[in-house]
Amino acid sequence: MKPPEFGYSRPESVAEALAVLGSLGPDGKVLAGGQSLVPLLNLRLASPGHLVDINALAGLGYVRAGRGEVVIGALARHAQVLADQAARSVQPLLAMALAHVAHPVIRNRGTTVGSIVHADPASEMTAVLALLGGSVRLASTDGERVVAADRFFLGSFEADVRPGELATEVVVPALPPRAGCAFTEISRRRGDYAICGAAATVALSTDGSIERVRAAYLSVGPAPVVLDLTESAGDPESAARLATERIETSGDIHATADYRRHLVGVVTRRALTAALAHARGRADG
Amino acid sequence: MASGGDGAMGSGGAVTNPTTGLFDIRLTVNGTLHAVSVPARRLLSDCLRHDLRLTGTHVGCEHGVCGACTVLLDGVPVRSCLMLAVSADGSAITTVEGLAAADGTLSAVQRAFKDSHGLQCGFCTPGFLTMITAALAENPDPTPEEAREMVGGNLCRCTGYQNIVTAVLRAAELTRAERA
Repeated sequence: MKPPEFGYSRPESVAEALAVLGSLGPDGKVLAGGQSLVPLLNLRLASPGHLVDINALAGLGYVRAGRGEVVIGALARHAQVLADQAARSVQPLLAMALAHVAHPVIRNRGTTVGSIVHADPASEMTAVLALLGGSVRLASTDGERVVAADRFFLGSFEADVRPGELATEVVVPALPPRAGCAFTEISRRRGDYAICGAAATVALSTDGSIERVRAAYLSVGPAPVVLDLTESAGDPESAARLATERIETSGDIHATADYRRHLVGVVTRRALTAALAHARGRADG
Repeated sequence: MASGGDGAMGSGGAVTNPTTGLFDIRLTVNGTLHAVSVPARRLLSDCLRHDLRLTGTHVGCEHGVCGACTVLLDGVPVRSCLMLAVSADGSAITTVEGLAAADGTLSAVQRAFKDSHGLQCGFCTPGFLTMITAALAENPDPTPEEAREMVGGNLCRCTGYQNIVTAVLRAAELTRAERA
């Protein structure tokens, strides 16, 4: 189908974008890569009054990898973040997860910040941000605020972005030394929405013992679910058992609740095994 | 609903015609500059097909799944059904019509598809051809596995993909031979 009618602005500066968004209030909707929003328009599942197209704000198309964090601007495409070698070495989980975001052609246009703000329960990048304890910077004519990931995802397709606000960047902490990470997901076909997926981090202490184990899950609830699995002591089987006990799954047309609970165990085992190997490799190297 | 013609809202780089409420945009398609007036809601795929009469770009699912509408936007493959035409203002676009030489000689990718029977009904073919043209520019010597990965985002309901994968590898050979 075709999109419904809407107003359209293409501001040429962040200040202009904020002024337009401020004047529109709840009627305004930001258009970045459009890989989630335009399908919703085409299917008439969304009918915003006015789109504010930020694609002319080239200044927001940055990926900055510093010593302690990776900062991703609102116009950085998934493909650009995935190809960024500095970002990959500061926080390898970004590239590991981005390789699972849809298909390369979609990643050429879709933005990482847009995907996070869209807050799809099946999104890889929301789970990554939640697991790593990242944050989202939001700007409006009233100023700026920074929202931590654990308070940003409010529900299914619902993030803490107020009318008049533009998410300008996300900040993702670096992977500490002596830590490893992994991402895995299960979908019917490669590139489809995941039926279940997990990102995991394992931190080792200086004697090589397990210090901390955490995992975040996608497609198992309205928002990313983050678990501390340290009491598994890094044993994938025991972590899988803990995760299946703690996560309440539900059924839908893609999977029954029982099958999804089974998959929680499978992705936990796979992600944890890979994250542990990654951590050991980094600690030895 | 706020209208697309509300210039006072600060439409920035987008030029609105105050009487029609349409946006006057410029697209360079296959090397030719087109000036066209479109409503904000016009998809790039429909702008190419309806406004510019370039019907080589096919529209399958219209929500980004099938890949038939893939075009190159400033050299990068994108779904034209997931882009507003007004968003593409000022861009250079290559459609399937722009792949062959001016005298009609088929490109290496097109010849490989023809030679390897990489199509049957042909509906999905424009999306495969544009996407593979760009993918081979990035990776001129793909392994069979990489060739499969390349075509994973495009749907074909006739061929079963085997001949498409063969065509990708053949296209890579032909392209390398042309450059040698």
